[in-house]
Amino acid sequence: MSDRIFGSILTILALTFFVSATKLESPFFADPLGPKNFPFIVSGAALICSLTMILKPDKDPLWPDTKTIIKLFTALIVLILYAFSLKTFGFLLPTALASAALSYLIQPSFYKSSATGLILSLSLFTIFKFGLGLSLFPFPRFIIG
Amino acid sequence: MELFQNLALGFGIALTLTTLSLAIIGCILGTIIGALPGLGPSNGVAILIPLAFTLELDATQALVLMTSVYYGAMYGGRISSILLNIPGDEPAMMTTLDGYPMAKKGRAGDALVLSGVSSFVGAFLATIGLMLLAPILARVAFYFGPAEYFALYLLAFCTLGGIGAENQAKSAIAVCLGLGISMIGVDNSTGMTRFTGGNLHLYDGVDFLVAIVGLFAVTEIFVFIESRGKDSAIGVKLGKISIPIKDILATKWTMLRATIVGFIAGVLPGAGASLGSFLAYMSEKSLAKENKTFGTGDIRGVAAPEAGNNAAAGGALVPMLTLGVPGSGTTAVLLALLMTLNITPGPLLFNERPEVVWGLIATLLIANFVLLILNVPLVKIFTKILQVPASFLLPGVAMVSFVGIYSLSGSYFDLLLMIGFGVLGFTLRKLKIPAVPVILGILLGGHMEVSLRRAMVLSNGDWTYLFNSYISIGLWVAAFIGFVAPIFLRSYLKKPTPIGQ
Repeated sequence: MSDRIFGSILTILALTFFVSATKLESPFFADPLGPKNFPFIVSGAALICSLTMILKPDKDPLWPDTKTIIKLFTALIVLILYAFSLKTFGFLLPTALASAALSYLIQPSFYKSSATGLILSLSLFTIFKFGLGLSLFPFPRFIIG
Repeated sequence: MELFQNLALGFGIALTLTTLSLAIIGCILGTIIGALPGLGPSNGVAILIPLAFTLELDATQALVLMTSVYYGAMYGGRISSILLNIPGDEPAMMTTLDGYPMAKKGRAGDALVLSGVSSFVGAFLATIGLMLLAPILARVAFYFGPAEYFALYLLAFCTLGGIGAENQAKSAIAVCLGLGISMIGVDNSTGMTRFTGGNLHLYDGVDFLVAIVGLFAVTEIFVFIESRGKDSAIGVKLGKISIPIKDILATKWTMLRATIVGFIAGVLPGAGASLGSFLAYMSEKSLAKENKTFGTGDIRGVAAPEAGNNAAAGGALVPMLTLGVPGSGTTAVLLALLMTLNITPGPLLFNERPEVVWGLIATLLIANFVLLILNVPLVKIFTKILQVPASFLLPGVAMVSFVGIYSLSGSYFDLLLMIGFGVLGFTLRKLKIPAVPVILGILLGGHMEVSLRRAMVLSNGDWTYLFNSYISIGLWVAAFIGFVAPIFLRSYLKKPTPIGQ
């Protein structure tokens, strides 16, 4: 079943790709192949493969239980928030929080994950800033000004 | 003798203080990365590449550092295979079959030393093979026109999808995904944008480093959160380490045969080190008269896969350097490094930048001795690394990948894209769709399209031009066989499953 769903998504993706390739306009001075034909070939191949996946699916993989799926989503949200906060909040605070959160998701122990967050944040900052010379801001921009 | 002149040039570069210390640092880092379960050569090299740029190394130095990490990780992968029954990386899977039972019998030290020595034999001889074979292949590559290159890329995708995967359609779809992603952005020949959906961030295309770090490192974080607790293996106590000279001498032919098998598997574009160790183990098992002891701690079963996968690692560098077609996941990452450094691998590299190639080869010859010292007398230090808990290691990997990518572009969009690739990688992993073809597609897609278009310009749109020379016909045939043959050979290529705890 999973294969069929993923195959259908890919079929739609391949068709979208194909359609958006037909809308590309070839300039009159273009080479014989032009910008369209290679996308056509690839989307054609993708279409054959995704239909094969739908028609001949493998056995379903073992999907994680609801609890684990919630954990995975939490991890995803932590990573996205981390991506957005690096610029505004500086390096130290987001890194400590994000790595503590990830650590807690792998092994739920409050003390261990807090320690992980603190150690990682401080030691990585030292390595990146002073060892590799990256331009990282340690603290939020609005504090330094 | 041209070879000796080239080697002299290479050693002139390798024996400078900077290059040598980079090689040693790379070897140590690599062995650590290899030993850590969950961090293998490909994701280890991937997360280190962005950081290597910040050191402002020149091309040779960057390549030396990363290739030493690669070699080191191939050596180090066996450590957790033997002591924990968890492969430190995918190519070390076969080593668990006999390495762990041998360790359980109280011979953990012997297993580590024996596999360290066979890693050395495999890697050192493969480096010599690389030195001899690469210049020859580079000369052949001079006859390659756009039609031949197009067929060669096709061959790489087909062998990768054929031998490497269990389901041909799934690996082909992975290639298509990669090719599709590679077309996003400005089309170089006409200057128009394609498939960007009007998003300005995508006009430059998808940076392949973002894709690689996402697919390898970020995916690993999700996989670890999912499998947390399952991999709690019981470690084996490591006693005093002595050198089992008798075992080493008894397996010398095994090591040599495994090296040859592994090297050939590595040179095939798209096949790689996992195949090398697998074929080495299986051929040794079928050659042995008394093969009942395989799987219960046979010394040949420890020596063969390690010599095989290290030889394959060296072999995989041959097509990467001479043709620009990587032979494995990690060499694909190294190709990404070269492309970011503005170096085009291929025959011209050997003529125009000999210092890069020969400097690398000479350093690898030295690095193997460094690795032998690290992995035999000093192996005990590295076994301590296995005690680092995953709840510390994985957040660290995540943070390093984020900062690395962030330092390259400084844009949050690339970070989000990287997370997206991580989610994609996790889905692919669940559905048993291989991720390496996606990366190869992103890396080579541009080149593949350009060579097809150039071929069509040369022939004025005549498709038969693609089958115009014996080289290209040969490549097309090989591509077809490489993709179709495994369907019939599947029953022979079943991987043996490692024994339980």
